Amino acid sequence: MRSEWNGFKGGNWEKFVDVRNFIQKNYTPYEGDDSFLCGPTQNTKDLWAQVMDLTKKEREAGGVLDMDTKVVSTLTSHGPGYLDKDKETIVGFQTDKPFKRGMNVYGGLRMAMKACEDNGYKVDDEIVEFFSKHRKTHNEGVFDVYDQEIRTCRSNHIITGLPDAYGRGRIIGDYRRVALYGTDFLIKDKQEQKESFGRVYTDDVIRGKEEIAEQIKALKELTQMAASYGFDISQPAKNVQEAIQWTYFGYLGAVKEQNGAAMSLGRTATFLDVYAERDLANGTFTEEQIQEFVDHFIMKLRCVKFARTPEYNQIFAGDPVWVTESLGGMGTDGRTLVSKMSFRYLNTLNNLGTAPEPNLTVLWSTNLPIGWKQFCAKMSIKSSSIQYENDDLMRNDHGDDYAIACCVSSMVVGKEMQFFGARANLAKCLLYAINGGVDEVTGVQVGPKYRPVEGDYLDFDDVMSKYNDMMDWLAKVYVSSLNIIHYMHDKYAYERIQMALHDRDVKRYFATGVAGLSVVADSLSAIKYAKVKCIRDERGIVVSYETEGDFPKYGNNDDRVDELAANLVTTFMNKVRQQHVYRNGLPTTSILTITSNVTYGKATGDTPCGRKKGEPFAPGANPLHKRDTHGAVASLASVAKIPFRDAQDGISNTFSIIPGALGKEDQVFAGDIDIDLSK
Amino acid sequence: MVGHIHSIETCGTVDGPGMRFVVFFKGCPMRCLYCHNPDTWDPAGGEEHTAEDLLEQFESLRDFYANGGITATGGEPLMQIDFLIELFEKAKAKGIHTCLDTSGVTFHRDNPELLAKFDRLMNCTDLVMLDIKHINPEEHLKLCKQPNDNILDFAKYIDEHEVDIWIRHVIVKDITLVDSYLDELGYFIGGLKHLKALDCLPYHSMGVVKYKNLGIDYPLKGMKPLAKEDAIHAREIILAAAKRRRQDDAAKQS
Repeated sequence: MRSEWNGFKGGNWEKFVDVRNFIQKNYTPYEGDDSFLCGPTQNTKDLWAQVMDLTKKEREAGGVLDMDTKVVSTLTSHGPGYLDKDKETIVGFQTDKPFKRGMNVYGGLRMAMKACEDNGYKVDDEIVEFFSKHRKTHNEGVFDVYDQEIRTCRSNHIITGLPDAYGRGRIIGDYRRVALYGTDFLIKDKQEQKESFGRVYTDDVIRGKEEIAEQIKALKELTQMAASYGFDISQPAKNVQEAIQWTYFGYLGAVKEQNGAAMSLGRTATFLDVYAERDLANGTFTEEQIQEFVDHFIMKLRCVKFARTPEYNQIFAGDPVWVTESLGGMGTDGRTLVSKMSFRYLNTLNNLGTAPEPNLTVLWSTNLPIGWKQFCAKMSIKSSSIQYENDDLMRNDHGDDYAIACCVSSMVVGKEMQFFGARANLAKCLLYAINGGVDEVTGVQVGPKYRPVEGDYLDFDDVMSKYNDMMDWLAKVYVSSLNIIHYMHDKYAYERIQMALHDRDVKRYFATGVAGLSVVADSLSAIKYAKVKCIRDERGIVVSYETEGDFPKYGNNDDRVDELAANLVTTFMNKVRQQHVYRNGLPTTSILTITSNVTYGKATGDTPCGRKKGEPFAPGANPLHKRDTHGAVASLASVAKIPFRDAQDGISNTFSIIPGALGKEDQVFAGDIDIDLSK
Repeated sequence: MVGHIHSIETCGTVDGPGMRFVVFFKGCPMRCLYCHNPDTWDPAGGEEHTAEDLLEQFESLRDFYANGGITATGGEPLMQIDFLIELFEKAKAKGIHTCLDTSGVTFHRDNPELLAKFDRLMNCTDLVMLDIKHINPEEHLKLCKQPNDNILDFAKYIDEHEVDIWIRHVIVKDITLVDSYLDELGYFIGGLKHLKALDCLPYHSMGVVKYKNLGIDYPLKGMKPLAKEDAIHAREIILAAAKRRRQDDAAKQS
């Protein structure tokens, strides 16, 4: 066994890239409480004060402190950057200075220029010329191929958020591989993969070999980047500090190379805990030191920044990176995957204070150890910063080494990826069905000129039949646009370092998404159970509705309408499945607009459910605002009826509750223990 | 049989152990000055539900109530005791934890027919949350327009039937936040062998808007929500007195 691995239990992972095998052979489940945790060191406090100061300056400067306008961000484009070199135990920034945003051009030149201009900067003329004349971008490639129909759908907002002008993101490199193996091992593995294709040069083989060649170059550049900070990552990490550093370098490479819509971290904590346990046993580091490494690592993740436009920030409500880290969960063998490191990650919310990034996501199972559940609850109450996802549901499909990309997209780390797919506005599609493909806001004939609804009142069977046809059309044009986008992204903005940290043959989820689920469910329910009258404008377009009588509303655990919602998801998903998809991807869909529901609502006219033009949609799979009248559980039960198998990319329900409504205040309530008056 | 139900809260987290399906019954003879549910006073109106349809709703959400159950509150559930018995008996048959949140106001031992119903109710109730509004008879009358002798007797009756009891007590400045009364209350509840919890509820003014909507004058106009510290203080006094009672009782026995 290699000396870096001394003390580890061997296995398949020694010979092949197999991080899960390493974790399973070596990790220590932790079933205790949070009493072992350490607070922040003075260095941590000093560094964090520096970050807070920079954050303040950035805000005062209008949102951006500094931007690179001359150097295109690559793995090796910038020299090392530090906050305070002597105090940092984990190092590395995207550029040569903290809070200086890099310039990513391969996704699209226009977006890069606009991101600079909107923030008061200007991209260097030479860069503009180079990417106009000599090097094509993803964005240019896509628009070379888009047809008129796709463009019209885009401008009328029936398909929105397409990643055709910026990085698609939602890919998680297995950054742990850098730490466990070092880049030499990984490069050798990639070289073998490259030779494994055989000599029959089909398009797929040519592309496959070229991509792996790019991956090898990226691994070499990553090694150079780390060397500029004084580290040799060609060899495996020797201790927990190095393991965190190596892992972070892998991630840093990704965020230097890609300005993706979501740049998630994966599932690193319990992997790193193996090193921590070994170091604690050997006396290499103390608990306080290990917590300091973790604090500094998380601090770095909080400083990841991209050059983006105000419009982008408006859609996503802020400037999110989605550095999602998946914590905890259960193993397929029944042991919990919670380790002390899972606690240390959450403890950063104590040591550094609360923050939206990294997006700490607890994979929740009813079988999690009680100490962890209690700590999660405690930290949720304290920080309001923890996201929860259903491990019992996802483990069935993905095993126990998956992670979440962005907010809900699950994928097996290093083995699965996704082609991110924006959203189809199903509420607008319903209006197109009623109006024969004419947009209710712009009056443009966007969809096919099918026969519109005639007469004053909507008939459920008639509308459903028309809606069905319109969804057929929408699925086709939607998937077509995604096919073009992902082809071009692979060609012009390939995620070299992220894919270098994947297996050769990855499973590609072809993700789509839908918006307006509850709007459609309630609208169909109104049409079915009440009487809905059409109001037409002078152009003859139905622009408003009058509803007589009451109807069941989604969000009250009422099957009559909940089934309409569930069937809608299944129906649309099946239409997506009927399409040809790029690179044999596996089609999935998500119902997860968390903030963009406001934007979708703005672009959508009156709907038969009584929602007025411009009013926001509910987020994700949420019931419409104030339509759920039977309490939170009934509301959640409605959402829980959406079939996961037809929305495998995730179903989100945004839920706010005041802490007092979650249970008794323990100071005024005396339960079993306090009331034991015999003592 | 149908019950007259004001509303249902499917996510009840403060009305008994665990997460609970909370059924708000219509009708209440008490007129507590601080009542925050005046919309439940009138026995008429509300939705009509059968025990079966309530339990069917419960069953469809049962996964959420793993450590909880069903709570009957109101209003005053005892106003519809026949329906309450049916609901709880059917719930028990399905293995559901039942909790009654009550003021005990309709209880009287001297009516054999009524007592038989209460006996039956105790057999299908896992927990009674008894809200003792005031320990002092005159003050109780002032606060609730009803006497409290039968209510305190109900506490003993529950205890005799070996049903778990939580005592709830709303802490209101100048009305119940009086050390001598709190001490008296504590000494009384210390005598209940099946006392499992004490819940001191700080007065809040969230009911005001309901009075406005109903066009009724709010009796405690201008009363500020109670500070948490005051509720904690009340809890300490009650618990200390309860403990003293336990010690006194133990001394008597030996």
